[in-house]
Amino acid sequence: MAAITRAEVEHLARLARLELTEGEIDHYAEQLSAIVDAVARVSEVAAQDIPPTSHPIPVTNTFRPDVVRPGVDRDEIAAGAPAWEDDRFRVPRILGES
Amino acid sequence: MSGSTAITRMPFDQALQSFEPVLGLETHVELGTASKMFCGCATEFGGAPNTQVCPTCLGLPGSLPVVNAVAVESTIRMGLALHCDIASWCRFARKNYFYPDMPKDYQISQYDEPLCFDGYLDVVVATDDGPREFRVEIERVHMEEDTGKLTHAGGDTGRIHGADYSLVDYNRAGIPLIEIVTKPIVGAGSLAPLVARAYVTELRDLMRALGVSDVRMDQGSLRCDVNVSLAPAGEPWGTRSETKNVNSLRSVERAVRFEIERQAAVLTDGERVVQETRHFHEDTGETTPGRSKEHAEDYRYFPEPDLVPVAPSEDWIEQLRSTLPEVPSARRARLRDEWGISDLEMQTLVNAEALELVEATIAAGVDQGAARKWWTGEFTRVANEQGVALEDLRVTPAHIARVEALITDGSLTDKLARSVFEGVLAGEGDVDQVIAERGLVVVGDDSTLMSAIEQALADQPDVAEKIRGGKVQAAGAIVGAVMKATKGQADAAKVRTLLLAHLGVEE
Repeated sequence: MAAITRAEVEHLARLARLELTEGEIDHYAEQLSAIVDAVARVSEVAAQDIPPTSHPIPVTNTFRPDVVRPGVDRDEIAAGAPAWEDDRFRVPRILGES
Repeated sequence: MSGSTAITRMPFDQALQSFEPVLGLETHVELGTASKMFCGCATEFGGAPNTQVCPTCLGLPGSLPVVNAVAVESTIRMGLALHCDIASWCRFARKNYFYPDMPKDYQISQYDEPLCFDGYLDVVVATDDGPREFRVEIERVHMEEDTGKLTHAGGDTGRIHGADYSLVDYNRAGIPLIEIVTKPIVGAGSLAPLVARAYVTELRDLMRALGVSDVRMDQGSLRCDVNVSLAPAGEPWGTRSETKNVNSLRSVERAVRFEIERQAAVLTDGERVVQETRHFHEDTGETTPGRSKEHAEDYRYFPEPDLVPVAPSEDWIEQLRSTLPEVPSARRARLRDEWGISDLEMQTLVNAEALELVEATIAAGVDQGAARKWWTGEFTRVANEQGVALEDLRVTPAHIARVEALITDGSLTDKLARSVFEGVLAGEGDVDQVIAERGLVVVGDDSTLMSAIEQALADQPDVAEKIRGGKVQAAGAIVGAVMKATKGQADAAKVRTLLLAHLGVEE
């Protein structure tokens, strides 16, 4: 059983910019442990002769030619942005958040 | 603002007596591809904000990246030029972090499987004992994408501190970058700042020669992170600082020097160097602490599931190898021989960052001696005064060719030529416009000069007598008077010849 500790959940929460209650920390520690256990079971099935993979199909070298294609109209982007100013995305101040 | 608090420093020479500097350089260069790394958006610099974006580089749901073939080729060619091994199989990785410069909340990079690794670059620095070569070993060259550009607004300084909010332009997000990382550079001693600068200069020249990037440092297309630590005598390593985003060759040298002086003072005081990110300030030449590493960065890298591995074949690599151009060091040796100049003279051109400009000036038809003289003399002085790069001055090889032609046909003197360039550098126009505007014409016709000579002789009869008596060196006083009378617009040598002929005196 690869238990995920409360400290690990708190660390993950900080990286993900999530504020968790004490109860949620316990809850997620339990759930994440179960997920890690489930994934670990794959290792039991995969023998030494099955190499780890990051992609389901054995394809390499899929490239595109270096050709410029039109992007998206700015007005359309602006319409989807939560906040927009001076032709740019407006985001909250960055320091002082952590 | 920057530099408001005094930072204790130990004089450079003294610092080097007790400590051995160890450097590490991480250089990011934007490749010169037409389209971005993973989508077809244009990479052109200076576009209106958010006009070179699409669902992929905006990180919109459902979009998928596809690798730019030319970016891979450029990275392999750079790796080959740096004598690296090329991976036969490697992957991209996600570098996860929350910051609005990447809308995906991760940057696609490479982690433990760089495309190129284990290379070197030889650089030459000038020392009191002549040129000395250093081998800088390369750890890796990998591919990644650039981030968007943030403008901090609301505060009064435009800097991140005091900003109320930020505005983001994603035109730059997704432009292909290569990151070149050195192994620790040890043994440079007091030459460490020069080695760092020479390395970045050589990298820049190499990339330009390869045509993989135009490397416009003023546009931020080459950015350097400078790691410096000091090893106290008898210890292998010290704690390093990482100075981020050093954006000019001169700044690289200054940042290394400053960190050596600062860390030496810290260590000598019995304190510890803090491992941290620092920022370099162009105005003061100092570094100040940035984000603390207290929360050690945790990027949770994992293989990018949206991209397939890159597995360059031997044939492809060899084909790319065959496209490698003459490397800068070989080119310097060739030009040195073509122009018939010495190693020292070539080193002077390289140090002045004038080699390309001199080559272009010679190509424009100017004699090599004159081309070198203008760039390493007058123009270097002006560039240093203004704190700008030589290539950013307003003067061009074509200007020099025009001025030299006018000197040759007698329309300008060397002195007037300086005045012409003064005008060109000040933005008064091209050579002919400045000449017309400033009225810079050699007073050349003999009758005008003769009447000035006669007037000067009449004003100084005693001098005239001396010259007639054979004291030729006294002629200087008359020539000076004529130059003054013609407001410096006469050819002094010609005045002297006319004067002596007039008095019937032989040289």
